[in-house]
Amino acid sequence: MTYLAKPKLHHPDLPKNALGLTRRDYEGTVSTLCAGCGHDSISAAIIQACWELAIQPHRVAKLSGIGCSSKTPTYFLDKSHGFNSVHGRMPSVLTGANLANRELIYLGVSGDGDSASIGLGQFAHVMRRGVNMTYIVENNGVYGLTKGQFSATADRGSKAKRGAINTDEGIDLVLMALQLGATYVARSFSGDKGQLVPLIKGALSHEGAAFLDVISPCVAFNNHDGSTKSYDYVREHNEAVNFLDVITLRKEITTEYEAGTVQEVRQHDGSVLRLRKISEGYDPCDRISAMNYVQSRYAVGEIATGLLYISPAPRDLHAALNTVGLPLNQLGERELCPGSAALEKVNESLR
Amino acid sequence: MKRIESTNDFVVKFANVNGSGSASANTLFAKAILRMGVPVSPRNIFPSNIQGLPTWYEVRVSEAGWLGRRGGVDLMAAMNPQTWEKDVAEIEPGGYLFYDSTKPLPPAKFRDDIHVIGMPLMEICNATYSDPRQRQLFKNIIYVGALSALLEMESAEVEKLIGEQYKGKEKLLEPNVKALHLGIDFARRNLAPIGLKVKRSDKVGRRIFLEGNSAAALGCVYGGATVAAWYPITPSSSLAEAFAKHCRKFRTDPDTGKARYAVVQAEDELASIGVVIGAAWNGARAFTCTSGPGISLMSEFIGLAYFAEIPAVIIDVQRAGPSTGMPTRTQQADVLSCAYASHGDTKHPMLFPEDPKEGFEMAAQALDLADRLQTPVFVLYDLDIGMNERLCEPLEWDDARHYDRGKVLSYQDLEAGKRFGRYLDLDGDGITWRTYPGTHPKRGSFFTRGTSRDRYARYTEEGSAYVDNMQRLLKKFETAKDLVPRPAVRRAERGSRFGVIYYGSTAPAMDEAIAILEGESMHVDAMRVRGFPFHDEVMDFVNSHDHTFVVEQNRDGQLRTLLIAEGMLAPEKLTPVLHYDGTPITARFITDQISQRLGAFNVLPIKKTQVAGS
Repeated sequence: MTYLAKPKLHHPDLPKNALGLTRRDYEGTVSTLCAGCGHDSISAAIIQACWELAIQPHRVAKLSGIGCSSKTPTYFLDKSHGFNSVHGRMPSVLTGANLANRELIYLGVSGDGDSASIGLGQFAHVMRRGVNMTYIVENNGVYGLTKGQFSATADRGSKAKRGAINTDEGIDLVLMALQLGATYVARSFSGDKGQLVPLIKGALSHEGAAFLDVISPCVAFNNHDGSTKSYDYVREHNEAVNFLDVITLRKEITTEYEAGTVQEVRQHDGSVLRLRKISEGYDPCDRISAMNYVQSRYAVGEIATGLLYISPAPRDLHAALNTVGLPLNQLGERELCPGSAALEKVNESLR
Repeated sequence: MKRIESTNDFVVKFANVNGSGSASANTLFAKAILRMGVPVSPRNIFPSNIQGLPTWYEVRVSEAGWLGRRGGVDLMAAMNPQTWEKDVAEIEPGGYLFYDSTKPLPPAKFRDDIHVIGMPLMEICNATYSDPRQRQLFKNIIYVGALSALLEMESAEVEKLIGEQYKGKEKLLEPNVKALHLGIDFARRNLAPIGLKVKRSDKVGRRIFLEGNSAAALGCVYGGATVAAWYPITPSSSLAEAFAKHCRKFRTDPDTGKARYAVVQAEDELASIGVVIGAAWNGARAFTCTSGPGISLMSEFIGLAYFAEIPAVIIDVQRAGPSTGMPTRTQQADVLSCAYASHGDTKHPMLFPEDPKEGFEMAAQALDLADRLQTPVFVLYDLDIGMNERLCEPLEWDDARHYDRGKVLSYQDLEAGKRFGRYLDLDGDGITWRTYPGTHPKRGSFFTRGTSRDRYARYTEEGSAYVDNMQRLLKKFETAKDLVPRPAVRRAERGSRFGVIYYGSTAPAMDEAIAILEGESMHVDAMRVRGFPFHDEVMDFVNSHDHTFVVEQNRDGQLRTLLIAEGMLAPEKLTPVLHYDGTPITARFITDQISQRLGAFNVLPIKKTQVAGS
């Protein structure tokens, strides 16, 4: 939470990316969230990831639903078009936007209430369809804007600020995304920027449905003892399976690793995901094992993080629909309207 | 006994079992009459069911060209034992009952004021075919053959149609023709002639015969829609399916075989409208089609599109509500729920096509209007138009026509420094300029939201900024008045103190009703409303008549309510005439209602006055 807008003037020595842009060029307006909110760290990670990847900000479309997390797209990439849609329905709006112009980068930002409660249906179906997007859930287990009610990702037995115990089973969106066919599934923690930034970069360069569940403690309503989404709890219980480096085409691979400790996945756009293994024997290309692993960690109270699953050959909705390469929003009358002669033939067939 | 005698003017009704393959045989019958130059208007009356429940196909033959439902049945082909009693009861005295006489029926099953024509259909089928499915399917063709012979139809026309239907499937062609002749030959040899005849005429002309849903889908293709999202719901599903079919034909890139369109069958209506809004926000023309329950579900999103000013085309093929209502019956009962869909102060343009031809035109026009007005635009028609084949004028397209993409700033505009405020009214018509995402690296980006914002799209809860925006939206709605289709007016020859307002599928019945009323010297001026917001002409029409009837197919007089609310019209000047049992309105109903009420206003028809005085 910053009350004073940062000056527009940039320091001349700020580092620049391949486009000659500084990190400041990827910022948005000043956040209105609470001081210390995990969501602001995620916004910062998005800014960092886009800057590092040298994405042209205006080629990103950022979409969200309703809630604290859904407010955040105002706080990054102010040269991008943004769309704050209705509660739980960002996935359908994003799907439509993606169909209209396949060339932009689609970044969906949502929360646990938005995606796991009211929007669970749309969450499920956007994953099934394999829409080419990065879908980030800023997961804090509570409703912030309405002051601290449990959301559907709150773990059973977790305690609310006012003492109520959650008796409903929590929904794990990572497991759902895995089951429903997302082709890039990761989990991270807003307090671990080192892990989060490369995961966002990997997702942005992934040409399919990429899902990131980012545990993002709510300092106002869910950061107390007994909560399983507090900073302390998540720090203690998160267990990374790997560490990701995203190597874009432009970058030369220079770092050397000990044999057997690194796994490389080449993505469709030519980028390479280099995964340093942390958990022995974890294979992020095996969907079934990933699901088992996540559940087995959960059973012992641990939160598995890292790049949990990646399909090296994702397929997206445009492939399924066999749409033309040119964005649909650029087609004109010539491509779209069959004209009067064709209509006369239609008439003739109806007599 | 009386015998109905009529050439080219009667009603045939087929009572069948759903899923028995009768639909294509019955259509064949109707089309063969059309090919003889005699107008027909067929209607499917079907249950919410796939197999087993009763279904009817009613064909009105009318050389005069009346395409509304007439009511009453002159010839009943009673092929469904489940509905026998009701079907027999529906026949006009002196009419005809055609039935399968394989199994004898007791005399109590018949009426003594109708002519009974028995034909042992099952026996003929069993003797000819061994496969049970063939027995069923060819039975339909056999009775079409027999009826065509009874009505003295030209068998060559029926045969030609079968040939067209099975073009390239010669294996099916020959047995169908054979079945047809089995029926024709049997009827000629064994059945006595009846009083109903079809005689070649020239009253069909260049007109075409198609379903409203297929026409509206084609309108979406011609109008440039590239994204369609929908959720299956009767009676609109065939529109989405027709769009996909038309697109496969017209929108496949000839070089790559790739699709210049995207059709998404969504998980529900909420997602459908969400996809449409997302696509339109991003510069593609998009539409969804649905029915009443879908409108209820879409309402939240419709409010977003209204307030955030995003184009969307929603085609509502209405059915009988409320709730699930009568899902396979027709009504015009979503007028109010569409006009004011969503919470808060909202109102939306609506277009009311009267037939498939206007369905085609208005679907295409709606795509232009949505872009021009940057708001959801509804095309409202109903099951009667959507799911029945209707005779209408040929579809037309002017190749010089260009899509109106509305106020969109290009890269060049932004680069040239054109002034841009997403909600800044630069032209005084309430419509502001927009940009598509990804247009310019530095200029023209903005945040779209359903929360209140200032003229530059910045979030604000300032009361004055909110009011400023809401007033501009009203101004935009005023602009829409001149853009939506104007009403069609038909003045009575001598002018009248009485007017009648109607819309959509009521049109063919109203055409006929006006002719009947004129024939009885009851003169009314008629106005067919084609769009909302109402053009000033509509209010002038009401104000220039002592009294106006508003004829609708719903219980509550929804268009009348809208006229009172939006046109500031006096309720006592507008008399509702309402038909809402789920069947299409008839000229008989309208005539009865209007003549009764005219009587109450002491305007007895001249003829009756003379009789009373003599």
